[in-house]
Amino acid sequence: MATSIISLRRTGLSDWLIQRASALVLLTYFILIACQLLGSVDYISWRGLFDQTWMKIFTLLAALSLAAHAWIGLWSVTTDYLTERLLGPKGKSIRLLCQIGTSSALIGYVIWIIVIVWR
Amino acid sequence: MLQVSLYRYNPETDDAPFMQDFAVETGGRDLMVLDVLELIKAEHDGSVTYRRSCREGVCGSDGLNMNGKNGLACITPLSDTVKHGRLVIRPLPGLPVIRDLVVDMSLFYAQYEKIQPYLQNPTPAPTIERLQSPEERAQLDGLYECILCACCSTSCPSFWWNPDRFVGPAGLLQAYRFLADSRDTATEDRLSKLEDPFSVFRCHGIQNCVNVCPKGLNPTKAIGHIRTMLLNRAT
Amino acid sequence: MRTISFDGVIIGGGGAGMRAALQLAQSGYKTAVISKVFPTRSHTVSAQGGITCAIASADPQDDWRWHMYDTVKGSDYIGDQDAIEYMCSVGPEAIFELEHMGLPFSRTDEGRIYQRPFGGQSKNFGEGGQAARTCAAADRTGHALLHTLYQNNIKNETVFFNEWFAADLVKNQDGAVVGVIAICIETGETVYVKSKATVFATGGAGRIYASTTNAHINTGDGMGMALRAGVPAQDMEMWQFHPTGIYGAGTLVTEGCRGEGGYLINKDGERFMERYAPNAKDLAGRDVVARSMVLEILEGRGCGPNGDHVKLKLDHLGEEVLESRLPGICELSRTFAHVDPVKEPIPVVPTCHYMMGGIPTNVHGQALTVDAGGDDAVIPGLYACGEVACVSVHGANRLGGNSLLDLVVFGRASGLFIEKSLREGIELRDASQTDIEAAGDRLNALNERESGEQVAPLRHELQEIMQNHFGVFRTGEFMREGIKKLADLRERVENVALADRSSAFNTSRIECLELQNLFETAEATAIVAEARDESRGAHAREDFTERDDENWLCHSLYFSENKKVAKRGVNFTPNTVETFQPKARSY
Repeated sequence: MATSIISLRRTGLSDWLIQRASALVLLTYFILIACQLLGSVDYISWRGLFDQTWMKIFTLLAALSLAAHAWIGLWSVTTDYLTERLLGPKGKSIRLLCQIGTSSALIGYVIWIIVIVWR
Repeated sequence: MLQVSLYRYNPETDDAPFMQDFAVETGGRDLMVLDVLELIKAEHDGSVTYRRSCREGVCGSDGLNMNGKNGLACITPLSDTVKHGRLVIRPLPGLPVIRDLVVDMSLFYAQYEKIQPYLQNPTPAPTIERLQSPEERAQLDGLYECILCACCSTSCPSFWWNPDRFVGPAGLLQAYRFLADSRDTATEDRLSKLEDPFSVFRCHGIQNCVNVCPKGLNPTKAIGHIRTMLLNRAT
Repeated sequence: MRTISFDGVIIGGGGAGMRAALQLAQSGYKTAVISKVFPTRSHTVSAQGGITCAIASADPQDDWRWHMYDTVKGSDYIGDQDAIEYMCSVGPEAIFELEHMGLPFSRTDEGRIYQRPFGGQSKNFGEGGQAARTCAAADRTGHALLHTLYQNNIKNETVFFNEWFAADLVKNQDGAVVGVIAICIETGETVYVKSKATVFATGGAGRIYASTTNAHINTGDGMGMALRAGVPAQDMEMWQFHPTGIYGAGTLVTEGCRGEGGYLINKDGERFMERYAPNAKDLAGRDVVARSMVLEILEGRGCGPNGDHVKLKLDHLGEEVLESRLPGICELSRTFAHVDPVKEPIPVVPTCHYMMGGIPTNVHGQALTVDAGGDDAVIPGLYACGEVACVSVHGANRLGGNSLLDLVVFGRASGLFIEKSLREGIELRDASQTDIEAAGDRLNALNERESGEQVAPLRHELQEIMQNHFGVFRTGEFMREGIKKLADLRERVENVALADRSSAFNTSRIECLELQNLFETAEATAIVAEARDESRGAHAREDFTERDDENWLCHSLYFSENKKVAKRGVNFTPNTVETFQPKARSY
C-alpha cells in the first residue's frame, strides 16, 4: 500500500480509495480503543489486549493507514500552497523539503509504533 | 442613492489596484448590477471597464464578484445582493486582472479545451441524425446548459491553487457532459486522461461551485459521476 | 503596423462565422476568426426556439419545398427564390452535420430530433394546416448550436483572435477587399490582417433601437465597415419586431411558446389573434402578429396601468410542459418580468429583433454590388453570411427558426466556396501602404481628437430617433423628420470624443467605433424606409398601407456615398421547382 502511494504510477483514484479505506480502518480501530477505554481499564487488561497477535496486526494496520492518510492529505496541502505559482522559483525546493520532512516523520512514527507493539 | 465600491486597476497608470466609490442614483428601481455598471460608465466615469454582451444571463460575459459572491451582473438584481445600501464589485477571484473588472480567462479556457469538449465517434455517421432516446438525452440536462462564465471555477479554492492542473468545476461539468452522451465513444480515452491526482481528484466537495452557478447547475454531482465511472473502470 | 496573413479571415465568432471557419479549417487552409468577444458570448447564444428545417421527423411526409413555400410567402415575395431553394434543400444535410458534431437536440420517442410548430409554417404549400418544422434543443437551441460550433472549431484547431475588433476594410487599388485593420482589445495594438478572403459574419445591429432583444454587442460593425468602403446595403428598411419581447426589459420570449400552445391576450383576456389571423392565429407571420399587438394597444385594449403591452398566456400548458420544453423562458420571465409563467401570463411587447437587410450576396456568400449597367457584380475578396448578409432568404419578413438555418447553411456555403476558390488560386494585388493607412484613418482620427461629445448620450439620442420615427408603423412625414434629425446627428457622431485614451482593454474606444457603425446602419435604414412607399412584410407604412407589386416587388439598394436608393431585381427562378408567384398574403 505504502509503495503504491509514492510510486510514480499512482493515480488520483488510488489516492482517493486509499484515503477512504484508511479512514475506515482508523474509524474501526478508534471505536475499538474507545470501547476499551469506556470499560474498566487497567494495566493488565490493556497489556493483555496488545499482547494478542490480531491486535498487534490491527495496530500495525492502523499505523500504516494513519501514515498513508496523512501523507495523501499533506501531499495535497503542500501541492496546493507550496507551489511555484505562489512562492516563485523557490516553490519547488520548499515543497520538496516539506514533503521529505513529512514523509520522514511518518516513516519514523510507523517504525516507532512497530517497535513499541512488537517488542 | 446606492453606494457602489468598484475594484479599479489600469496597468498603464496604477501601481496597485484600489477601490473607488461611486454614489449611483437608481431612482429606487430594483436594477440589475449590470445596469448600475452601465450607469457608472455613462454618467460617472467612462473608463470603468467590464465585459458584457447579452444582458440576459446566457452569454456568460459578466461574471463578477458582487458583495463577496460570484454571479452574473446582468441577472443579479440589487435586491438580491445589496446589504446596508452598499455594493462592492470585484473581478472574479483567482485569475489575473487585466483591467478593472476584466480578468484573464486563458487558464480557465485552457482547462476547458483540455477535456476535449467535442463529441467523438469515429463510426461512420448515418445519413440522418444519430438516434438517441429521450431518456438518453435527458442525461445531458443540467450539463450542456453551461455558459462558461467561470463563476464556479473562480469560487473554487482548489482551482485557485492549481488552475493549471485541476480542471475545475466548469471543465469537469463539460467532461461529464461528453461522458454521459450516448453518442460519444471516447469514454475510455476521456477517463484515462482524468485519472491523475489533480484533474478530477483535487475536488474536495466544497460545493462553492453549486452555490454560485447562475444557471443552477451542479458540477459537484457531475464530478461525483466521473469518480464513479473511474472507480467502475478500475474494478 | 504589423501585418498578419491568412488564407481566409472571418470577422465575427457567432454561428455564421464559426460555421464558415469550421468549413475552412477542415479544408486545411490557414483560417482565422476575429471576434470582439469570446465566441460563445456572441448573440447566436440567445436564440431560443430552434432551427427550422424539413428533416421529416415530426412529419415523415415533410418536404423542403413546403418549407420553401412558407419562406417565400413569409418574405412577402421579395426573398430570392434561388437562395431560399438552396437553403431549404441543403438544410437537412446541414442539420444532420450539426447533430453529428454533438448538438444536444431534444428528442422524440423514436429517437429523432424533436420539432415544434413555429409561426408561418404549413404543410402542402399552405393547404395542409400547421406544420411542426423547428428543430429544438429545449428553448436553448442557439446556445447549444454556438457551443457545438465552438467545440468543433477547437477540434479542428481554428485560430481565434478573441477580443479583437475589426475597425475597417482594407481595399487595394482594384477595389478588391484584401483584409481588415484590427485592434487587439487587451493590448490596444493595431494590426493589418491580410487575407485572400474576408468573410463578414458580424451579425445584426438591433442596438440602433432603444428597445431591442439584441445583445449590447449587436452594433452593425459589418454594415458600418461595408458602407464606409462603398459596399451597398440591401433591404435595410426591413427590421423585424419580435412580437414577444418582455415588457420593460426587451429580452426575448421565444415564438416556441406559442408553438407549444401559448397565446396572446389583451386586457379583457381575449385571444385577439383569432380576429387578425383566423387560421394561423398566434402562429401567423411575426410582422402580422407584431402589428396586431400594436393595434390592440392603440385601440385601448392594452394591459397594465398605461395600457402599453399585452400578455402571453402559458399557464394552461402546465408546469411539466413548461419546465421540460421551455425551461429558459421560465427562468427569464421570473428574472426580468417578475412573473412565474406557470401561474400568470408574461407581459410582452413587440421589440426590435432582426435585420432582414444587409450586404447583398449570392448563395456562395460573395458580396455584390451593381455595375454601371445595373447588373450584379461580385466584390472581389469580400464575403458575408448570417444576419449581416442579405442573400436574401428573408425578404421583407423572416420566419421564426429561419435565422439559425440561414447562418448554418450560408456559413457553410461560404466556407465551401472559398475553399474551392483557394484551390483554384485567388489572385489579388497587395494593398499599398497608402491603402492600409486609408483604412486606419477613422481609428487614428478618433485617437487624436481632443474635443467632442461623449459616446453614451449620442448613442441614446440615436436609439430614440430610430425608436420613435422608424418603429412598427411608419409614415413619410414622420420619417423625413427622423432623417433630418439623423443628418444633424451625423457630424456629432463622427466627432465623438474618446474620454479614455489608454491602450489596455479600452472599451470606451470600442464603444465609439461601434457608435459610428450603428449610425451608418441607422441612416441606411431611415433613408430606405422613407423611399419604399408601400407596405410589405415588416415595413408597414400608414400612408401607403397596400403592397405595391408594380413598383416595389424588388430589393432596395442603398449607396452610402451619395445616399441614393436604387432597386435590384428579386430572383424568381429557382433551379428545381416552379416559381412561387406573388399572391395576397394572409394567415
